[in-house]
Amino acid sequence: MIFLHLFLTFFKIGAFTFGGGYAMLPLIQKEVVSLGWMTNETILNFIAVSESTPGPFAINMATYVGQAMGGQYGLWGNLLGAFCATLGVVLPSFIIILLVAKFFEKFKESHIVKGCMTGLKPAVIGLIGSAIVSNGITVFFPVGISLAVFTTVEFISAAAIFLLALVLALKKVHPILIIVLSAALGIAVGYLF
Amino acid sequence: MILKLFLTFLKIGAFTFGGGYAMIPLIQREVVEKNKWLSDEDILDIIAIAESTPGPIAINSATFVGYKAAGFFGAFFCTLGVVLPSFVIILLISFVLDQFKAITAVQYAFNGIRAGVLALILKALINMYKKCPKGWVSYVVMAASFVAVAVFDVNVLLVIIGCAVFGLITSLIAEKRCRE
Repeated sequence: MIFLHLFLTFFKIGAFTFGGGYAMLPLIQKEVVSLGWMTNETILNFIAVSESTPGPFAINMATYVGQAMGGQYGLWGNLLGAFCATLGVVLPSFIIILLVAKFFEKFKESHIVKGCMTGLKPAVIGLIGSAIVSNGITVFFPVGISLAVFTTVEFISAAAIFLLALVLALKKVHPILIIVLSAALGIAVGYLF
Repeated sequence: MILKLFLTFLKIGAFTFGGGYAMIPLIQREVVEKNKWLSDEDILDIIAIAESTPGPIAINSATFVGYKAAGFFGAFFCTLGVVLPSFVIILLISFVLDQFKAITAVQYAFNGIRAGVLALILKALINMYKKCPKGWVSYVVMAASFVAVAVFDVNVLLVIIGCAVFGLITSLIAEKRCRE
């Protein structure tokens, strides 16, 4: 049953990702791609949509994957799929915060929580690093890695857009502007070469 | 009161791009300055809690503020409020998105966008690295979790649990040494 599967998968994602924003990306991507629900490419495309629309990345992602998978059952399937995935990703947070709010003072002073965090914070960094590698392969080598690839238009244009976007991002240019610029360059390269 | 909480978080959900931390200043203005449901100190607590519990920062903060202000139903309606705009907007967009995908220009645009998005993720990684406490435990965990997933394709859940346990053990040992 796809709806239960969506709920459980996103419940797991909600229960095991620490930190905001892209901290969720490695787990979402591994789960969703390994289940065959989406490709790396579709997820990267959707990140751009999520950056340009309001709301948290995790919710946007859950709603999007949910509606896509439920869609095989028609329009109500889209809606129900989106609902199940979003409920799944929200519920662990909701329950845990209710518990924590009750025992807040104890939680704040807890050596166990602090200890776990000393491992979790750097773990998220390592995991996002690995997500960048796997996505980098999708972006730079869409047809697979070989020596000839390094001279193709696809590789050179992707590398140029990536470097330009990185420089702009480090200069604190707004993400939406960077996305619009990357899109324009992508269109230019597509029609010129 | 609960209706007002719901509407406030509906507004916060509808007007923050990028989610998570981008939401904190808005929460502060609406919840502390305008409506005085919580104090400035509570906002600092929210950040500490949202970071050390699983789940999206936006959901964690909304649930926490709602609970502090009005108990369970406060928590429920704040969370619903912050989720609803995302949910509706993405649902609408995804119908349009699927139809746009067939256009050649859109495909070219997304070729460029994927490279740009990769840069945005790398920038987020650099920011996180800057904020992360440094030390040998951190470096070992970063390297180990990266190699485990990128090279050996170990299950991400196992890596997360393993790193939490490793952090816990090393910090308990360090504490014990301090006392001795």
